[in-house]
Amino acid sequence: MKKASNTLINMVAALFLISGGAAFLLTEVYAATKEPIEKSQKQKEEQALREVSPAFDKAIPATFGELSGFVLLKGEDTVGYTLKTYTDKGFSGHIDMMIGFDKNLNIVNTKVLYHKETPGLGDKMTQPKFKNQFIGKNPSSFRLKVKKDGGDVDAITASTITSRAFCDAITRAYENIKKFKK
Amino acid sequence: MNQWQNFTKGFIKENPILVIVLGTCPALAVTSSAINGLGMGLATTFVLLMSNILISLLKSLIPNSVRIPSFIVIIATFVTITDLVMKAYTPDLYNALGIFIPLIVVNCIVLGRAEAFASKNSVFSSAIDGLGMGLGFTMALTILGLIREMLGAGSAFGYKFIHPEADGILVFVLAPGAFFGLGFLIALTQIIKSKMK
Repeated sequence: MKKASNTLINMVAALFLISGGAAFLLTEVYAATKEPIEKSQKQKEEQALREVSPAFDKAIPATFGELSGFVLLKGEDTVGYTLKTYTDKGFSGHIDMMIGFDKNLNIVNTKVLYHKETPGLGDKMTQPKFKNQFIGKNPSSFRLKVKKDGGDVDAITASTITSRAFCDAITRAYENIKKFKK
Repeated sequence: MNQWQNFTKGFIKENPILVIVLGTCPALAVTSSAINGLGMGLATTFVLLMSNILISLLKSLIPNSVRIPSFIVIIATFVTITDLVMKAYTPDLYNALGIFIPLIVVNCIVLGRAEAFASKNSVFSSAIDGLGMGLGFTMALTILGLIREMLGAGSAFGYKFIHPEADGILVFVLAPGAFFGLGFLIALTQIIKSKMK
C-alpha cells in the first residue's frame, strides 16, 4: 500500500479516525472496569473497618464533626466508633487513616488507607512495631506527641515528621469523637 | 536480521535502559523494590507491544506530518487501558506505582520504538521488537529493583532474609541508591557487551 500523502484532507482524516477509535475503545474499557474498581475500593474499606474496630454486628454511617465514619452496634448497644481521619502534615503530604475507638474511647487499632511517605522510612508507620504502641491507649491519658515533643509516642527512627503526622491524624479523630460524645 | 536477533537485541545489545539509556525516569523512581520494577516493566511491555502492532498496521494510513500526534494518541490509549485494568484488578500494585503508570505515555522508549521501528517495519517484526524491548526493560528494572531491595531493605520480592527488625542500607531505597545501582548496571552491561564481541 502506498503511504498517505501530506494533504490536509488526509491529515484530518487520519487524526479523526485515530482519535475516534481511541475514544470508542476507552469508553468500552471504562465501562468494563468501572464495577471492579468500585468493588475493590469498597472491599479495601470494609476490610480496614473490620481490622480497626471492636467486634460489631452493624456499622451505621455517621458524621463526627468534620470527619465521616461509623457508629458500631452489637445488638442494641453501641460498642464503639470508627472514624476516617486524615492529616496534611506527612513528609510527602496527605495521609488518610481509619481509626477505631471502643465505647470508652480507647484506641482499638489504626490503619493507613493512603500515603506517599518514603519507602523504607516513613512507610514503617504501617508496620506493627510502630502502630501497635497505640492499641488500647486512651488519648486522655496517653499524650499523642512524639517523645521529642514531650509526648508518649516512640517515633520511627529517622521519620519524626511522619510520626508527628500520624499523631496529628489520631488527635483529629479523637477531638471530633470527643465533641460528638458530649 | 532474523527474528531471533530482533527479539534478543532488547536484552543486552540495545537494552533500552542499560545501553540506549531511555526512559530512566520511571526506572529510577519505581525500582525501590523488585516487585515494583517487575510490575512497571510488564505494564510498559504491554503498552510497547500493543502500540507497536497498531502503529505498524496503520503506518501507511498516517501522513508523515501528523505521525507524532497519531502515535501519541495510540500510545495514550493503551496507557489508559493499562491504568484502568490495573486499578481494577491489582489495586495494591497500582497504589505502589502511582503516577508512573499514566507517565508511561511520555516514556521515550515507547515513542522511540514507534518512530524508529514500527513505522518502518512489518507488523510481525514490530510485535517481536516491542516484546523484546519491553522484556529487556522489565529485566533491567527487576534487577535494579532487586539489588536496591536486597541492599536497602534486606528482602527479595518482599521476603525478608535478615532479622525482621533490622534495617538495610537505607540509601539504596532512596533516590541516590537508584543512581548508584543504575550506574553499576550500565558498567556491567558494557563489560558483557565487550566480552560478547
